[in-house]
Amino acid sequence: MNGEASPIIHARGVTKSFGALAVLKGVDFDCLRQQVSVVIGPSGSGKSTLLRCCNGLEVADGGSIEICGVRLVENGRMLPETELNALRAKVGMVFQAFNLFPHLSVLDNVTIAPRKLLGLARDEAEAAARGLLGKVGLAEKVDAFPAALSGGQKQRVAIARALAMKPQVMLFDEPTSALDPELVGEVLQVMKDLAREGMAMMVVTHEMGFAREVADTVSVMDHGVVLESGPPAQIFDAPQHPRTREFLQAVTLRGTTARVNRSEAGMAG
Amino acid sequence: MDFDFSPVWQGWRELAHGALVTVEITIGAIVLGCLVGLAVGLGRLDPKRRVIYAACTAYVGFIRGTPLLVQLFIWFFGLPHFGINLPAFFCGVVGMGMYSGAYVSEIVRGAIQSIDRGQMEAARSLGMPYRVAMREIVIPQAAIRMIPPLGNEFIALIKNSSLVSLLTIADLMHEGQKIISTSYRSLEVYLAIALIYFVLTNLTGLALRGAERRLAAGGLA
Repeated sequence: MNGEASPIIHARGVTKSFGALAVLKGVDFDCLRQQVSVVIGPSGSGKSTLLRCCNGLEVADGGSIEICGVRLVENGRMLPETELNALRAKVGMVFQAFNLFPHLSVLDNVTIAPRKLLGLARDEAEAAARGLLGKVGLAEKVDAFPAALSGGQKQRVAIARALAMKPQVMLFDEPTSALDPELVGEVLQVMKDLAREGMAMMVVTHEMGFAREVADTVSVMDHGVVLESGPPAQIFDAPQHPRTREFLQAVTLRGTTARVNRSEAGMAG
Repeated sequence: MDFDFSPVWQGWRELAHGALVTVEITIGAIVLGCLVGLAVGLGRLDPKRRVIYAACTAYVGFIRGTPLLVQLFIWFFGLPHFGINLPAFFCGVVGMGMYSGAYVSEIVRGAIQSIDRGQMEAARSLGMPYRVAMREIVIPQAAIRMIPPLGNEFIALIKNSSLVSLLTIADLMHEGQKIISTSYRSLEVYLAIALIYFVLTNLTGLALRGAERRLAAGGLA
C-alpha cells in the first residue's frame, strides 16, 4: 500500500506537441497524497497541457504518467477506454470555463455522474449532493440553473460536481482566471478548505497568494519545461532560476495577477 | 372570369382523406428520417472511424445529389426488377424517410458540433464513457438547436410529399387531380389544395415553436 508520502501523480519525461509546436519538452512532476502542488508560469508555458495530460484529456506523446497508482499513459499509449473511464472517476477536474451542464439544475449537475456511473439512487445521490453544495456555500441554489449563477457560484458548483465522485485527487485548471476580481476569493476559500481536509490537489494558477499560502510544492514552468520546484518559501523568496525571477517580477509588477491572462483565457488550452 | 368551387365542396371527403394520407406519409417519413438522421449524423462526427464515416458520407452524398422524384421511382419501379415488390404507401414512407434522413443527419451533426467542447470534456473527466456523455450531456443540449432547422425540414417534407401522388398513392395531391379530371376546375381545386398544404405546414411550424419555448423554459436558453 502507498504511504502518505507516495505520489498520487507521478509524471516522468512527459512530452506533448500540437503539430510542430512542442508544448511539453520532458516534464517531471509529482503530487503527493494529501498535498497541494501548484504549477505557475507564463501563458503558453505548457502548465495547462500538463494538467490535461494527467487525466487523459490530452494524450502525452512521450514519457509516462501514473495517477492513483495506475499507469495512465506510457510512450503515447493510453490506458484502455474502460479503465480510463474508471480512473477518471477518481480524478476530479475543475476547468477555467466551469463547463457546468447548462441543461441541468445545480443539483442535477452534481448528481448526474454518481447516478449514471456509480449507480446511486436519486435520493441517495441528492442527499450527498446537498451536503457538498452546503459545503461550498450554495445550499440555497440547488434548484437554480447554471445560467442564473455568478462565475464564482458556477465554479463552486463545478467543484462540488467533481467532489461528488469522491475523487482521490483534484485537478484545477486556472480555476479563477475567468472570474471577476471580487469573486476570486470565494473560490479560493473553497479550495483552501479542501486542502485543509487533506485532498491531494494539482493546481494551475496565476494566484501567487494562494500558491504561497496553500501549496506544499510550487513548480515553475516555462517553454515546456519545469524550471524549478520546491516549497513556496524557496520559490518565491529565493528563486534559483533567472527566468523564475523574471516571471515573479513581472507578475508582481502587474499587481493583481489573476486577471493578467483573462483576455487570452479562451485560447489557453 | 368565373370561379366555380362546387367541385371542391362536392369532393371534400376525398380531399380530407387525401390530406390524412399526406399527414400519415409525412409523419412516417419524419419518424424514419429522424432515426436515420440521428444515426448517420452521429456516424459522421468522427472521420477516424473510417468505414462508418465513409458509409454515412456516401449515403448523404447520394441522397442530396439526386432528385427526390428519381429516388421515389427507384423504390417503386426499380426494386420490382429484383423481385422486391413493396406496397406504394410503404415506398412513399421509406423513400421520403430515407431522403429526409440525409438532411436531418446534417442538422444533427451541425447541432452536436456547435456544443462547446468543454461540455464533452467535463463529462468525460467525470468518468462518463463517450456514449453516456453524448446521451446525457451533449445531445440534450444539441436537441434544442436542432428544432428550427428541423422545422424547415419537416415543412419541406410535407410539401415534397405531393410527389408520392406519382406512385399511385391517394394523397392530397392525387385526390385533387382526380377531382380535376372529372370537373376540369383545375385552378379552384389547386387553390384549395394549396390552402390545405398551407394550413398543414404552418400548424407544424407553430407546434415546433411551442416545443422550442417549452425546452427553453427548462433551462436550455
